[in-house]
Amino acid sequence: MSKVKVAVLGSGNIGTDLMYKLARSNVLELTTMIGIDPESDGLARARGLGYETIDNGLPGFLERPELADIVFDATSAKAHVRHAKALREAGKMAVDLTPAAVGALVVPTVNIREHLEKDNINLITCGGQATIPIVHAVSRVSPVQYAEIVATISSKSAGPGTRANIDEFTVTTAHGIEKIGGAAKGRAIIILNPAEPPILMRDTVYTLVDPERMDEQAIRKSISDMAKDIQTYVPGYRLRTEPIIEGNKVTVFVEVEGAGDYLPKYSGNLDIMTAAAVKVAEEFALHKLSQTVK
Amino acid sequence: MSTERDILITEVALRDGSHAIAHQYTVEQVKKVAKALGEANVPYIEVAHGDGLGGSTLQYGLSRTNEMELIEAAVSVCGDSKVAVLVLPGIGTITDLKQAVSIGAKMARVATHVTEADVSAQHLSKAKEMGLETVGFLMMSHMAPVEKLVEQAKLMESYGADTVYMVDSAGALLPHQVKERVRALRQNLQVNVGFHGHNNLSLAMANTLAAIEEGAQRIDGSIRCLGAGAGNTQTEVLIAVLENMGIKTGIDLYKLMDTAEEVIAPLLQSPQEITRDNLVLGYAGVYSSFLLHAQRASKKYGIDSRDILIELGRRKVVGGQEDMIVDVADELARQRKAN
Repeated sequence: MSKVKVAVLGSGNIGTDLMYKLARSNVLELTTMIGIDPESDGLARARGLGYETIDNGLPGFLERPELADIVFDATSAKAHVRHAKALREAGKMAVDLTPAAVGALVVPTVNIREHLEKDNINLITCGGQATIPIVHAVSRVSPVQYAEIVATISSKSAGPGTRANIDEFTVTTAHGIEKIGGAAKGRAIIILNPAEPPILMRDTVYTLVDPERMDEQAIRKSISDMAKDIQTYVPGYRLRTEPIIEGNKVTVFVEVEGAGDYLPKYSGNLDIMTAAAVKVAEEFALHKLSQTVK
Repeated sequence: MSTERDILITEVALRDGSHAIAHQYTVEQVKKVAKALGEANVPYIEVAHGDGLGGSTLQYGLSRTNEMELIEAAVSVCGDSKVAVLVLPGIGTITDLKQAVSIGAKMARVATHVTEADVSAQHLSKAKEMGLETVGFLMMSHMAPVEKLVEQAKLMESYGADTVYMVDSAGALLPHQVKERVRALRQNLQVNVGFHGHNNLSLAMANTLAAIEEGAQRIDGSIRCLGAGAGNTQTEVLIAVLENMGIKTGIDLYKLMDTAEEVIAPLLQSPQEITRDNLVLGYAGVYSSFLLHAQRASKKYGIDSRDILIELGRRKVVGGQEDMIVDVADELARQRKAN
């Protein structure tokens, strides 16, 4: 099967983890790692694995655009605004892992099919990737009046970007809960826990369902199906217990263990972002390849 | 009326006390309390959901009355007293803070776990920009060594905090631990140092005096102990003690005692005392607002609430992780069934 060529922009923790995940893809061929620090661990590893490496950032890649059709941006929100424009002009598809939210907000298990023609996809937040599918799982069978999520992550896995813009996390995630999850109203909370050894990412999803149109059995099945769908690309995604249903309130406890590719296993919050990014790019690649065949 | 004050007191019953009454404050109650506190010349009155602005959630408990209405009500009757609000980055946002300021809040208290001060940078600097008096609030101080506490306090100072509080959210600290912490803070900070205690181990007063002895300039109290867990340092008692020590707070003791007896006591379903669950909060070092949640989970799962709280302490759960209570109770119940 032919593969679609991709490049990773940003050779930090996220970019390097992506590199390892992409190596396993059947539809994506990682060709290039793009960084700005030739000494970075990410670029050194990429060289060691035989990938092309570019150490002068996106401009270096744009001189050799034939290297990739899809570019993952694992830099920063500020940089992505600039990158988004340049990539669009170069006719490249961008998968954005920063909180820039320039492009369409996507959760692969929920709304990727609506966005296969877009040139820029944003992955919302880690908390959003872990919880919006559950909100959607409930809302696709019974109307959700209100959904609230609490994402608890280990302090070690919360980067400086998240810390400096914590309101951005809660506001963007809440927006995603409404727009993609399908809740009439959404709320998001994030908690950092410094315990050692670091805790796995935990998420709690509360939904209040329209009591008149509540189908308990269908809700349980839908949530369980959704968890299985997510596990196809995030194997460490688990429901900690059966959903707890009291009146019209449905509570779901989720735990996310990372694959441990480059990032440590406890940072399931970062892993679910890189895994979702690969999943999105694979869907694009399959779509693109199917069109070429026609 | 004497307004000379050696120590500045913040009354927290209308915020921390919200936990104790499951966030059921009404506008009438808040007006009555805030008016009486204003007349007693209490300099700062904190008003918000127990978990700060935006705390009204399924996770922490829904407020009966929108907190903005409560803040507005307090501002309208509290006279020269200033209304303070609490905000926990990750729960409340700068937008919430702006709204509170637009209706008269004058002080922003920005709270983080003791090791996570950097999430408060944006909120503290914005609060400063809005012309507010600013407080950095380092919660669960017992969970970090002194050096870490100092490092984090200095961060808050650098973000624009006018005061940094050492907060004993679990009521777990012992007086000698409070002393060494406050001493280190005073040695290393240019800004004021505050102390916020809980009475779960019956040490709130002793700890407060230890903090003052080491130079703390700001102290939190809750009148009639109306705060989470066993409550905070009992404000009216503290004022009496400080008067006997020759320390001026500018607060009218008689009026405050009357408020405690005639306004606050009738609000309480049962008096604030050190029950076995409250004691365990302090003993296990668990966030005081977990109390009612643990009691509810205990009923639902048939597990002793003390076992739940001790397990939460063992797992080093931090403030705000109320969802862990049901999770842990569910796990304990399943383990017992399996055995």
